[in-house]
Amino acid sequence: MLRTLRLTLAAISFTLITLLFLDFSGTLHAWLGWLAKIQFVPAILALNVGVVLFLVLLTLILGRVYCSVICPLGIFQDLFARAGRIGKKLPYSYSPAKKWLRYGFLGLFVVAIAAGVSVIVALLDPYAAYGRIANNLFLPLWQWGNNLLAFAAERANSYAFYNVDVWVKSIPTLVVAVVTLIVVVVLAWKNGRTYCNTICPVGTLLGVLSRYSAFKILIDDSSCNSCGLCARHCKAACIDSKAHTIDYTRCVACMNCIGKCKKNALSFRYAYARKQETTQQDTPNACSANAAQEKRRGFLSAATLLVATSLKSQIIEKATDIKMDGGLADIIDKQAPKRQTPLTPPGSLNARNMKNSCTACQLCITACPNGVLRPSSQLETFMQPQMSYEKGYCRPECTICSEVCPAGAITKIGKDDKSAIQIGHAVWNKETCIPIADNQPCGNCERHCPTDAIVMIPSDANNPESLKVPVVNTERCIGCGACEHLCPSRPLSAIYVEGHELHKTI
Amino acid sequence: MHKDIAMNRRGFLKIVGISTASSTAVLTGCSSASSEQGGDSTVPKGKMSYRKLPSIDDTVSLLGYGCMRWPTLPSPAGDGNVIDQDAVNRLVDYAIEHGVNYFDTSPVYIQGWSEKTTGNALKRHPREKYFIATKMSNFSNNDFDFGVKMYHNSFKDLQVDYIDYYLLHVVGSEGERSMQKRFIDNGILDFLLKEREAGRIRHLGWSFHGTQAEFDKALAMHDDVHWDFIQIQLNYSDWKYAKGANVNADYLYSEIAKKDIPVVVMEPLLGGRLSNIPQYIFTRLKERNPNGSVASWAFRFAGSPPKILTVLSGMTYLEHLQDNIKTYSPLQTLTDEETEFLDETAQMMLQYPTIPCNDCKYCMPCPYGIDIPAVLLHFNKCINEGNMPKSSKDENYAKARRAFLVGYDRSVPKLRQANHCTGCDQCSEHCPQKINIPKDLHRIDAFVEQLKQETLE
Repeated sequence: MLRTLRLTLAAISFTLITLLFLDFSGTLHAWLGWLAKIQFVPAILALNVGVVLFLVLLTLILGRVYCSVICPLGIFQDLFARAGRIGKKLPYSYSPAKKWLRYGFLGLFVVAIAAGVSVIVALLDPYAAYGRIANNLFLPLWQWGNNLLAFAAERANSYAFYNVDVWVKSIPTLVVAVVTLIVVVVLAWKNGRTYCNTICPVGTLLGVLSRYSAFKILIDDSSCNSCGLCARHCKAACIDSKAHTIDYTRCVACMNCIGKCKKNALSFRYAYARKQETTQQDTPNACSANAAQEKRRGFLSAATLLVATSLKSQIIEKATDIKMDGGLADIIDKQAPKRQTPLTPPGSLNARNMKNSCTACQLCITACPNGVLRPSSQLETFMQPQMSYEKGYCRPECTICSEVCPAGAITKIGKDDKSAIQIGHAVWNKETCIPIADNQPCGNCERHCPTDAIVMIPSDANNPESLKVPVVNTERCIGCGACEHLCPSRPLSAIYVEGHELHKTI
Repeated sequence: MHKDIAMNRRGFLKIVGISTASSTAVLTGCSSASSEQGGDSTVPKGKMSYRKLPSIDDTVSLLGYGCMRWPTLPSPAGDGNVIDQDAVNRLVDYAIEHGVNYFDTSPVYIQGWSEKTTGNALKRHPREKYFIATKMSNFSNNDFDFGVKMYHNSFKDLQVDYIDYYLLHVVGSEGERSMQKRFIDNGILDFLLKEREAGRIRHLGWSFHGTQAEFDKALAMHDDVHWDFIQIQLNYSDWKYAKGANVNADYLYSEIAKKDIPVVVMEPLLGGRLSNIPQYIFTRLKERNPNGSVASWAFRFAGSPPKILTVLSGMTYLEHLQDNIKTYSPLQTLTDEETEFLDETAQMMLQYPTIPCNDCKYCMPCPYGIDIPAVLLHFNKCINEGNMPKSSKDENYAKARRAFLVGYDRSVPKLRQANHCTGCDQCSEHCPQKINIPKDLHRIDAFVEQLKQETLE
């Protein structure tokens, strides 16, 4: 009964939170955004006292149910643990806690938060770890599936689906996601919740609390015959059947053991009740019902891999001096300029807030519809979002990253704030500017500046008829990158945005 | 001058084949002459209408094949040819089999591959079975030598030793690209007249896009030069209601007819703009004649005047060819009442503010990579389909907005959209319809911004 409830809640929460990480259209977060906001580390970083208190209370009452039904990485491990124990009659066994490792990691995590070493915080946060796996490994599959539907929709004259660009945003982050996935899957496959009980700082911290939780799994000494069946089915390896004790710091309240006990010696109940002479009520029906649940299969079926063949057209240049009709000029990809100060999205307030609050869960990167956000590759802000304008620019109507961020790294802003927050300023590079380099009129930057911060002036001060080039009013410029993205100069734009460490409202 | 600009293009910009899937999609969507077929009826053989006009020896099929819109390959073939030669062979064979005998090409069509491909397909048939028309397309260079080289190259690419119909390509511009500069001052016309005497050009004429003054000037030369034929844009929309800088076709036709010169019709369907029409105009035409295609109205209109030698159609697909063969096998001349009906139809179409782009691609390639016709055609398509939100309070605003924006990304890759137009205006001078391309692209871009930012009133 309790196990079924746990399984149901976990399945729902895992599905929804995964969908949140797959939703590139920016529509689901309005309904599901809270699922990210109730995650432990983001709530801590966002100083979200309400959520932290709720999770602490939850753990003090029911034990580590957070790890079983809220944390996506925890549920994710359960999927692989289940797969790993198929065919094994007695999959697990008791082992003592690896205290040094556990408290070592917790200490490291606390120090890292205090000292602002965001890389370590990001690497250890279980929610963010799952986010990176989902964003880097599941999202492309989801997008390819979407693109197939878009392909079909186009042919059916429907506008329900549209094509999206699938691209590797950062190779180091992808590598981290793959390594995390391998570690988590291997550990879960072999030994269940090893990761949660040795590495995860959230697991350890909640474990400290759950030791005193009001409700616990309790062993009825009078019924227990020390057969050890419960211990051999405990994925947290926390039941010492010989000593009739359970290590509550490691128990994730999965309820699997309750149904396994042939003597009904295990139950989840209030731990501090006055000892009564309890005549165990016989409930054979409940037990057999549990067994039936075993047949449930994991809902992650093997994903079909799609081979994306991007047919890049051959470039054929016809040697001729005649202007022929038709054809398309080749467009070479833009290169990111070297920005002295990295750009962080509007709402992030300043570089320090971004660095200290972000857990690098990649939710904003999934949601960015303009291809602006991608994980940083620099050590001090590793995997945290950074902006660049090769694929698009930070459009005036979009505030989605500030809406999805659960950790307070990008605070909520409105559309009206958007055009008033200065995150950087545009810098002009004379040599590559079209009127100078190609002797052709242009002005595309000026035409698209949302704040009229760009003015065109004659390139030759003595000749008012000369081709016009841009000047930037840095007081007005907000750093959105419209000019940089739409500059016809390639591969390097002739106008680019330099970031500001401290954002300001203009 | 123009050559200088063309040479100025950025080093990294290279010409590539029409190869993106999206541009193919645009072709499918927008140049379809007729998507609906008669269904049960078969394509008749040996019923084609022919014109034998007094001043010309040839008996020419009323349907002429325009070789500007041949089907293209997803990526160029081994020799660099962007055209699907096998598909062209099939179309040419089918056309000849069903009585078509006039093929019109130019050295600059389809990135310069049309002549070669058309020649390859035609040489598989006896030379006396077909007439070839090609052109002096010396837009980029007024030099005599350049023109002569282009002329000789046409023989080489078409693989023929005489050309049946040779045209001065686009008479009607003013300034640097005027008839005076391109054909008279440099001696090209004298050269071509000699070639006509020598029999290598059987008929000499010109095609017209431009101002009435230039047209009158060129037509007046007939008394000295003797034009064998003149090619004009003629259709039921341009007859009295020519858009932009175009001259009404009724004027052009009647002036030419006064001199008894045969007329070759181009753009009878306006690059598909007269078949891809608003739904209620479609219904109107269908109610009048449920069995005929929408395009058949346009072809009957173009074929009805007696001085018409042939009506050119750039048929990309076999279905277009079949439909047009049906329309002209034989031609049913329009009655006065039907002509009146089409005149009313043309007036209705005027209410749709479409951009008069016929997808001829003369403006291409844009040095900054923009797919100009694709942008303009998407805009037109949305106007015709009613996906053109005028106000955010419109009943179908949300639907129309999504259709416009999603459809835009489908029709034109992001980097080839209007927001990348620098306004350099190297394109406009190539446009036979005299569209102010940068102005229209910037207008469309501003509209897209309004839709994206939802700032439409």
